[in-house]
Amino acid sequence: MEKTIKGKAFVLGNNVDTDQIIPAEHLVYSLTDSEEKKKYGHFAFSGVPSPQSGLPNGNVAFINGENYASEFNIIIGGANFGCGSSREHAPFALEIAGVKAIIAESYARIFFRNSVDGGFLLPYETPSKLSDKIKTGDELELHVDTNLLKDLTSGENFSLRPLGDILPIIEAGDIFKYARQSGMLE
Amino acid sequence: MSMTLTEKILAKASHKNRVEPGENVWLDVDVLMTHDVCGPPTIGIWKREFGNNAKIWDKNKLVIFPDHYIFTKNPQANRNVELLREFASEYNIPNYYDVGTDRYKGVCHIALAEEGYDIPGTVLFGTDSHTCTSGAFGMFSTGVGNTDAAFIMGTGKIWEKIPQSLKFTFEGKLPPYLTAKDLILKVLGEITTDGGTYCALEFDGEAVYDLSMDERMTLTNMAIEGGAMNGIIAADEVTEAYVKQRTNKPYEIYLSDKDAKYKAKYVFDTRKLEPSVAKPHSPDNYDTAKNVSGTKLTKAYVGSCTGGKLSDFVSAAKILMGNKVSVPTFIVPASTFVAQQLEEESISGISLKQIFENAGCTVAQSSCAACLGGPMDTIGRAVDNEVVISTTNRNFPGRMGSKKSSVYLASPLTVAASAINGVITDPRDFL
Ligand code: SF4
Repeated sequence: MEKTIKGKAFVLGNNVDTDQIIPAEHLVYSLTDSEEKKKYGHFAFSGVPSPQSGLPNGNVAFINGENYASEFNIIIGGANFGCGSSREHAPFALEIAGVKAIIAESYARIFFRNSVDGGFLLPYETPSKLSDKIKTGDELELHVDTNLLKDLTSGENFSLRPLGDILPIIEAGDIFKYARQSGMLE
Repeated sequence: MSMTLTEKILAKASHKNRVEPGENVWLDVDVLMTHDVCGPPTIGIWKREFGNNAKIWDKNKLVIFPDHYIFTKNPQANRNVELLREFASEYNIPNYYDVGTDRYKGVCHIALAEEGYDIPGTVLFGTDSHTCTSGAFGMFSTGVGNTDAAFIMGTGKIWEKIPQSLKFTFEGKLPPYLTAKDLILKVLGEITTDGGTYCALEFDGEAVYDLSMDERMTLTNMAIEGGAMNGIIAADEVTEAYVKQRTNKPYEIYLSDKDAKYKAKYVFDTRKLEPSVAKPHSPDNYDTAKNVSGTKLTKAYVGSCTGGKLSDFVSAAKILMGNKVSVPTFIVPASTFVAQQLEEESISGISLKQIFENAGCTVAQSSCAACLGGPMDTIGRAVDNEVVISTTNRNFPGRMGSKKSSVYLASPLTVAASAINGVITDPRDFL
């Protein structure tokens, strides 16, 4: 696991559901074919209504042109991130697009589990609202050991909630690696 | 020590005498359900992790329903069904319900109930967020992603955090102008879309126990719209009668202890509630049908696991009988069994299907259809700036298709009344 994650912020509001993360019409692509699965990255966050895409100003494209990877790789979300459908394609799409971590006020259970058990990205919780303190495009540095988020653009630092009892799964890599390490699986 | 019924079921499934909310436990899973959207990736992960000799922990406990992207020309969607078909034949899966055969059932959550997989006291996981529907049978059921499902497929086990419970009691009788949909929209308006995160929503009270299993499933189905892990209603004689008709598997009835601990309790006087809607773009955007009456519509939709059961169509038909719809109106039975009942059940000698056709509705084949938008050729899909009234469960931006469309969620009574007038209408105007 990377201990320091650097990247640009992409800021979203509350209740970003999995249909906004990856709209249902795109759930048909292969998740294993190395070329076809890039489409998930290409359509990541394509369901977010434009005014809410990249706050505070909105109308920021998460993916430019024909790309499948985004210039933004740390997501700042509000409350209830990842609500709605159970599709694991959602954290998967974000991973393909290059997202390393999400920092949100709270998560919907299934999205949170999927992110951790599938080893797609780090779902951090913030005790205070960050979506009005951090702007899309800000340069961020996330320190996993100390649960500290630095906004290099504004110079502000934020303490995040420790990952808690899911940390062993995150450190192992995913639920299968965890189960093997702990002897549950051969 | 006292426990809620969710805690009792999870204690049994984790081989403990008691469990506490917040505790992580490993559960034995009784049934794993998957479908055409999440089945192929689940199978892919299972093969990747368990290798070429991968074994399913118990074939009889794996149930697969293609239901989401069924009647479409989209080649990738069809490939997903083809992958399920190959898997089912390679591994000899007894509980595979292939489309295009007479085993095809339609929407998974309703088919689970109809085919006798919903058993009081058991634990069911599915790769679909509305797996919480099965909780109407006094069992624990919840949705997971593909990785968790692949883990269950190989081991029969999964970790879960014991949820706190919220209790919703509906006192008094349900008036004829209300359905379970009105009750759950009211609940969501109270707790909002994340008020139940990591919680169990337990429903009880006279109005709940008066409901048919169809209607009870509407309540538990939308527990996930409050962010909940599961929705649950203790089993009673109505549950037992339904289950016994469909399976002879043993079941166990658990009841919450009188002094069980709840995170919060809500009590509603059912007779005071009004026909409800959820306005765009969230299921918790509660209002009364009366308050938004007159809102112009372009489409009406009765279908899905929430609003496409026989009870929903009986409600809609009561209002549509002898009337004509003034906007395109889609009738999408959740399951093939429901579709068959539309032909068999009648009001004053006219079959429900005939009532819908006489009213000018389009009756479609059973599947998820436009409940989740789906491929471009999906029947009933919302296009452009459409304003839709629907009995489905989600109205997030773009959920039914176009992200410019607006969707109002409502009961089948309200949807039917609104379809006739072409504007949102309080169903009491027709009753
Ligand atoms: S009918 Fe809608 S909510 Fe139900 S399983 Fe299908 S897509 Fe999901």
